[in-house]
Amino acid sequence: MRALTWHGKHDVRVDTVDDPEIVNPRDAIIKITSTAICGSDLHLYDGYIPTMQKGDILGHEFMGEVVEVGSGSTLKKGQRVVVPFTISCGSCFHCSKHQYSACDNGNPADNQDIAMELYGQPMSALFGYSHMTGGYAGGQAEYVRVPFSDVGPIVIPDGVDDDKVLFLSDILPTGWMAAENADIEPGDTVAVWGCGPVGLFAVQSAFLMGAERVIAIDHFPRRLELARKFGAETINFKESSTYEALMEMTGGIGPDAVIDAVGMEAHGLFVDNVVDQIKASTFLGTDRTHSIRQAIVACRKGGRVSMPAVYGGIVDKFPLGAFMQKGLTLKTGQTHVQHYLPGLLAAVLDDKVDTTFLISHRLPLEQAPEGYKMFHDRQNEVTKIVLKPGMAPQ
Amino acid sequence: MTGWQDSNGRDSAPPSTTKNDDVVASEIDRLDGSSGDTLIGRTVTINRPPAELYAYWRDFPKLATFMENVVSVEQIDAVRSHWVVKAPGGKTVEWDSVVTEENEGSSIAWSSAPDAEVRNSGKVEFREAPGGRGSYVTATIVYDPPGGAVGKLIAKIFQREPAIQARRDLRRFKQLMETGEIATSAWTRKQVEEENA
Ligand SMILES: NC(=O)c1ccc[n+]([C@@H]2O[C@H](COP(=O)([O-])OP(=O)(O)OC[C@H]3O[C@@H](n4cnc5c(N)ncnc54)[C@H](O)[C@@H]3O)[C@@H](O)[C@H]2O)c1
Ligand SMILES: [Zn+2]
Ligand SMILES: [Zn+2]
Repeated sequence: MRALTWHGKHDVRVDTVDDPEIVNPRDAIIKITSTAICGSDLHLYDGYIPTMQKGDILGHEFMGEVVEVGSGSTLKKGQRVVVPFTISCGSCFHCSKHQYSACDNGNPADNQDIAMELYGQPMSALFGYSHMTGGYAGGQAEYVRVPFSDVGPIVIPDGVDDDKVLFLSDILPTGWMAAENADIEPGDTVAVWGCGPVGLFAVQSAFLMGAERVIAIDHFPRRLELARKFGAETINFKESSTYEALMEMTGGIGPDAVIDAVGMEAHGLFVDNVVDQIKASTFLGTDRTHSIRQAIVACRKGGRVSMPAVYGGIVDKFPLGAFMQKGLTLKTGQTHVQHYLPGLLAAVLDDKVDTTFLISHRLPLEQAPEGYKMFHDRQNEVTKIVLKPGMAPQ
Repeated sequence: MTGWQDSNGRDSAPPSTTKNDDVVASEIDRLDGSSGDTLIGRTVTINRPPAELYAYWRDFPKLATFMENVVSVEQIDAVRSHWVVKAPGGKTVEWDSVVTEENEGSSIAWSSAPDAEVRNSGKVEFREAPGGRGSYVTATIVYDPPGGAVGKLIAKIFQREPAIQARRDLRRFKQLMETGEIATSAWTRKQVEEENA
C-alpha cells in the first residue's frame, strides 16, 4: 500500500510499504477514506519529537471502511468507522474508569520504559506518534491496522459525509474535553488561548456548556475570524496585550475559566532530543509555556484552568505562587476519546456542533508531503487539510 | 504472605528495593536456601482475581506465551518442568526447574535443579489488590550463575538485564490476562515472527 512516512526533519514521503494484516484477535483492518494532518503532526515534521524512526507511518486522525476483522473484533466488514487516536484496551483499571488515554495495555511492553523514566508511569499508545507512545503505524495511508477494534472505533451511519465526522477522531473530543475540564457554569466568561482546531472546538463547546462569553486569543486574522463566527469575542495578541485586554473586557475580575489550547506547538521550542538524555530532564524549554503562564495570571481568583495543550517535559517559571494564592484548579490530559464518541456523534448528527467549517484544503494522499509543507508554512489560511487516498490530483 | 512488614521488620518496602545488603542476603536465603547474587522483584496490578492468574501461571508451558526469552517449558511431572531459554547466536540454554513450595491460588516458588547451567530460584505471589482492582502480582527471582560476575553473564544469556526482562514479561502477562492478547505495533504477521525470533 501507499503511506506517508517520516524520514527526518521536514522530510516526509509517500512510500510503498507492506499492507497491514490481522495480527491480534481484536484487530480490524480499515481502508482509509479520509485522514487529516494535525497540528501535533507538525511537531514530528519539525523533528522535535524524540523516539521517531525513519519509515514510521504518520497519522492519528482517520476514518474508513472495515475490510477485515479478527476473531475478537465486534466490527463487521463494510462498516464505516471513525477511529480514536488513543489506543485503549477497554479492560484495564483506567479504561474501566473511562480514563482511556491512561490505558495500561495499548503500549507494547518494551516501549513502556521510556515514559516510565520520564513520567513515573508508562503512557498509553497513540497511532502514528513516535515509539514512546507505542510505535504504531498511523492512518495517513491506504490501510491501517486498528488494535482493540471492539473498543475504539465508532460506527458511522450511512449517508453521513466523512468531512462531518472525521474530527471525532481527535480534535472535536479534545476541544470538548477542554471545555468540560473548565467546569463551566452559566454566566461564565471563558478565555481560550489559541484558535487552532482544538481552540475553535473549545469555543463551540464552551458555549454549548453554558458560557455567556467566550474570548478567543490568537494572532492569525483568519483563525480569529472563525472564532468570531461562533460568537466569540477576540484578542489579537500581536495588536493588544492579552492580559490588559482581558482585564478590561472582564471589568478587572479576569475570566472565570481559562483554556490553554496552544501548548508547545506555539513556538516550536520543543528541545531537540535523544532518548538516552531523557532521564536528565532535557525537555527544558521556557518560552513554550508562555500561554499557560498567561492563562494562570489572567484567570480570576478561585477560577479554573483547563490545559488541552500538550507539554512534554519540565518547565521553568511556572507561576506556582499565583496558582496557589488565587486558589486555582487545573485539569488536563490526553483526550479520553472513546468516552466522548457516542455523545459527540449525536451532537454532530443533530447539527449542534459545526465540524466542516474547519477544512480549508482537501488533497490526495499522494500529495501529503505538499500538504505538510502548506500547513507548516501558511497557518493563517490553512486551518485543516484532509487527505483522501485515491482522490484525483489537485 | 500479605504485605511486606514481616520480611524485614523495618518498613513496608519490598526487599528488592532495599539499599541494605543484609536484607537482600536474608531474603535470598529465604528463597532458595543457598547464597545467590541478583535479586529481582517487581509488582504489577492485574485487573483479574488472584485464583485466575495463579491458574494460568501454574500451567507452566503457557509461560512461554509472554516470557520473551523462553522458547518452551515442558511439564515433566507435578513439580518438575524443563525450560528451554534463548541464548545469543541462535543457541539455547536448558535446565530443569522444581516447584519448592506452592499455595493454591496465592503463590508458587521454584528452584532450578542442582546441576542447572543457570542457577535460579524465585517466587511469584498473587495477592488480592485493594479497591476491587484485581491482584498484586509480585515476581521475585534470584539468579546464581556459576563463577560469579552475575550481571554480565546473565545479561549475556538473556540479551537483556534480567530486571528489565522481568518487568517487561510481567507487563506482557498483564496484557494477556486483561485483554486476551499481547500488544504489538507490528502490522504484518511477518513482522511479528521477526519480533519473536
Ligand atoms: N490533549 C490532547 O489529547 C490533544 C489532542 C490534540 C491536540 N492537542 C494539543 O492542543 C494544542 C492545540 O492544537 P491545534 O491542533 O489546535 O494546534 P495549532 O497549532 O493549529 O493551533 C495553535 C494556535 O495557537 C496560536 N498561538 C500561538 N501562540 C499563542 C499565544 N501566545 N497566545 C494565543 N494563541 C497563540 C497559534 O497561532 C495557533 O493558531 C496543541 O498543543 C496540540 O498538541 C492536545
Ligand atoms: Zn491530532
Ligand atoms: Zn485499558
